[in-house]
Amino acid sequence: MVKDITFGQYYPSKSALHNMDARMKLVLTFAMIVCIFLCHNFFSLGVMALFTVIAVIFSRVPVKMLLKSIKPVLVILIFTAVLNIFYTKGGETYFTLFNKISITEKGVNTAVFTMIRIVVLVVLSSLLTYTTTPTMLTDALERLLSPLKVFHIKVHTLAMMMTLALRFIPTLIEEIDRIMNAQKARGADLETGGLIKRAKALIPIFIPLMVSSFRRAYELAFAMTCRCYTGGDGRTRMKQMKLGYRDFIALLICLISLAGIIVLNRFFIKII
Amino acid sequence: MEKLIEIKNLTYTYEPDEEGQTGYTAVKNVSLDINKGEFVAVLGHNGSGKSTLAKLMNAIFEPTEGTVTVKGIPSVSEENGDRIRRIVGMVFQNPDNQIVATIVEDDVAFGPENLGVEPAEIRRRVDEALKTVNMYEHREREPHRLSGGQKQRVAIAGVLAMRTECMILDEPTAMLDPKGRQEVINTVLRLNKEQGMTVVLITHFMEEAVLADRVLIMDGGSVISQGTPREIFSKPGFLREHGLDVPQSTELCLELGIEDCVLTVDECVEKLSLMMGGAV
Repeated sequence: MVKDITFGQYYPSKSALHNMDARMKLVLTFAMIVCIFLCHNFFSLGVMALFTVIAVIFSRVPVKMLLKSIKPVLVILIFTAVLNIFYTKGGETYFTLFNKISITEKGVNTAVFTMIRIVVLVVLSSLLTYTTTPTMLTDALERLLSPLKVFHIKVHTLAMMMTLALRFIPTLIEEIDRIMNAQKARGADLETGGLIKRAKALIPIFIPLMVSSFRRAYELAFAMTCRCYTGGDGRTRMKQMKLGYRDFIALLICLISLAGIIVLNRFFIKII
Repeated sequence: MEKLIEIKNLTYTYEPDEEGQTGYTAVKNVSLDINKGEFVAVLGHNGSGKSTLAKLMNAIFEPTEGTVTVKGIPSVSEENGDRIRRIVGMVFQNPDNQIVATIVEDDVAFGPENLGVEPAEIRRRVDEALKTVNMYEHREREPHRLSGGQKQRVAIAGVLAMRTECMILDEPTAMLDPKGRQEVINTVLRLNKEQGMTVVLITHFMEEAVLADRVLIMDGGSVISQGTPREIFSKPGFLREHGLDVPQSTELCLELGIEDCVLTVDECVEKLSLMMGGAV
């Protein structure tokens, strides 16, 4: 179980989307998520959906993986759809039950619209994490936020903390596994009992974990000092981020989609 | 021979803890020199002060008394410490606690990045360092998927990429299996012989100390004996008094009454076959 853990949900590939500059990917994903909420009718939403399909094709991430990312929001999806169908009234009535519960044209439209919106939102944001490693994301974030240095915000320190946290997740999971086995060997009962009893049983696991984490942090600090780490000043980076032709094509596609959404919003009736 | 590290009357006492207990003196009045290109092994049982000595040699700790000088730079201030660490690199015992990045090549690049080296030059150094330790084909892997020996070789590559002149290894093989141990020791030996890297190997494996040019024995914070491996291991009684053993092949030959001090398995086989009339 432990060895199989991957950081985030990165899907290794050499696709066009993988090779894009992480900064551009991050900015464009945010921009396109905002765009989802600019859509007011099915035509502009169609543009968004089309954009998402194109992005998926260029990412070469299998559809199965994307469905897996939708699974956790399935409950929310159904819940919002049901609420919207019954509580939004207007337009032609399709169906009435006991003179009280009715399904109307507007209700169905809103439900379908919201569902598509959520799916597009989830797919776009998970595409970002499927095609970008957490390290690349942290790097991109560090570089995008670096103008904040003016306000004395230690962007480099924050990014370094994030990188180290990511680096130590698998190490600590391995450690938890080891401590759990050690406590089980001493007769600790971790699996039975009520909620409170089981929560209490976790104490002998987390205390050793905390202690060993502090020891690790101490040793890591030594190791980093030994490698001449003195903070962000005067540091260079091996991997430079460079905007390439791919990034500008992606930017262009996003701008065209935005233009399409604005135009279609004006020409067709607003649904939401 | 050119001296790389000069240690004179060095004493180090840990800060007293909060309960007011007096600080523990881990290193007492040590004087020694490490020459350029030398391979020195430091032996000693747990708590003999060998790890503290290592941390004093690359200015992580500042001496309580006495001096440590690396290429003429005394280890007295933060600034000097930084200069010293550009000359003396260090590899620690636990491979997990010294790898910083989530990808092998990024970790090797960490040192040179801190030194402010140009990106293209870092790339060159990283590739070269990874090839030297035979980890080049693993450069894009995640460190937690590597074996202990592989992780330790990545840590060595991290020091190599900084182009230090000396490498201190603080029990680098203590947490490894025999195969990983062999990988790491072979790498260290090759660096010393082929690239002239000065190596200080702190260990409690006698089989590793045998490979060194000079062996130091530490006990109670002092260097109590030093010499070539053959000189040191010909005194098994003295070693046992200080909580140390001799290599197994040495012990076997001593028990059998072979006079010359035998160090390696190969030598042992040779002596035994001579003893049995050249039958092997």
